[in-house]
Amino acid sequence: MATRTEITSGLAEILEEVAGVNPDDVAEEKSFTDDLDVDSLSMVEVVVAAEEKFGVKIPDNEVQNLKTVGDAVSYIEANH
Amino acid sequence: MSTVDVVVTGLGATTPLGGDVASTWDAMLAGRSGVTPLTQEWAGQLPVRIAAQLAVEPIEVIERVKLRRMDRAEAMALIAAKEAWADSGLADSGLDPERLAVSYGTGIGGAITTLDQDDILEKSGPRRVSPHTVPMLMPNGPAAYIGLELGARAGVRAMASACATGAEAVALGLDLIRAGRADVVVAGSTEAVVHPLPLAGFASMRAMSTRNDEPEKASRPWDKNRDGFVLGEGAGALILERADHAAARGARIYARLAGAGITSDGYDIVQPDPECRGGIRAMRMAIQDAGLTGADIHHVNAHATSTPVGDMGEIKGIKASVGTHPILTSTKSMSGHLLGAAGALESIATILALRDGIIPPTINLDEPDERLDLEVAAHKARSADIRAAMNNSFGFGGHNVALIFTKA
Repeated sequence: MATRTEITSGLAEILEEVAGVNPDDVAEEKSFTDDLDVDSLSMVEVVVAAEEKFGVKIPDNEVQNLKTVGDAVSYIEANH
Repeated sequence: MSTVDVVVTGLGATTPLGGDVASTWDAMLAGRSGVTPLTQEWAGQLPVRIAAQLAVEPIEVIERVKLRRMDRAEAMALIAAKEAWADSGLADSGLDPERLAVSYGTGIGGAITTLDQDDILEKSGPRRVSPHTVPMLMPNGPAAYIGLELGARAGVRAMASACATGAEAVALGLDLIRAGRADVVVAGSTEAVVHPLPLAGFASMRAMSTRNDEPEKASRPWDKNRDGFVLGEGAGALILERADHAAARGARIYARLAGAGITSDGYDIVQPDPECRGGIRAMRMAIQDAGLTGADIHHVNAHATSTPVGDMGEIKGIKASVGTHPILTSTKSMSGHLLGAAGALESIATILALRDGIIPPTINLDEPDERLDLEVAAHKARSADIRAAMNNSFGFGGHNVALIFTKA
């Protein structure tokens, strides 16, 4: 069972790989689109990579609710 | 003959001979081959295990995250176009984006993306297929990326005519400026298909050289012992500009794009017409379009890919349309055959030959085919006072394109 910190740093790795986001900028309150500049196609890549990394299923209709890094961390924490 | 003059004010390239125009041109003049053994694991089982691969990998030039959203052909196109754009000095010229067009093609398109993503689909299922797949594989992708990068708003045209693509894209650029649809056109083409499937496909056609033990000697246009073309990859870009527009901003002018001829064979889907009838019509059309006669053409950068049939048909065509006086070369002897990008790279070589008064060599022409009765700059670059030169490109599908460049 991964902690919130571990999930956040895992997401930071993915964000760096697919979207070139500086890992130091990744924090729970940050918005994927507004703060981290992740476009919709890159978000799809982030979701698929997160599914693989954390062994969760993130349905498409759930993705729109994941506005911030914290939203994603909470979803992964609750479902993996 | 048009009343609108079009000139070339910028050049860019990334090729098996160099990561830019200057290094590519230096390598050509030195007679260097860009053909090397394929060391990838997949190459072991192929009948053809040589190719002319890029001298400088795109990752050395384009930022990693940007690059992973592009097909290799798109990345190469962008590298060539950015060099040409910087070279032209247009960036700070106040050019209206609505007068800037792109005419840029690819022979095959994002084949590596298609094949790689199909592997992922088979292995891991549809959800793992990249959301960037479609913009990476679409054949208008290279043109669109250039348009996006430079902010071109006068239309982005994507040409596809196999190995005539690059030349036809330049010809379309000429038409666009003459028709008043743009003042500046970024023209050229890109190709990146060094991958086992296209290699196997061309090899199955018996179109490729299998001189695997001597890669540097494999591409040998007009030589008696030629046994097919060598696949190359790369991209070239030319900035075409209305002559009075270029003059008004004091631009450095490489050459004039004086004319173009485009015909189709209606003969066979892949075989060249051994009589080169479509090629002859294209060459004559281009010469006439330039307001010249065959006698005015001093140099021809030939299509000559090193295949037994095609090389000799073109010789007949040049004699019929230009005459017996021009000095020929095939720079494919060094660069390999860049397929769709060939016409762009060879236009650049033709333009630089005009500028510098030097014809780059045809290497490996050790024993000329006895039917070769025209003069070729064999082995070594040759100085020549060239006022007008022609570049030929022919493609599967029966596409024939001839371009005429004249000294600035």
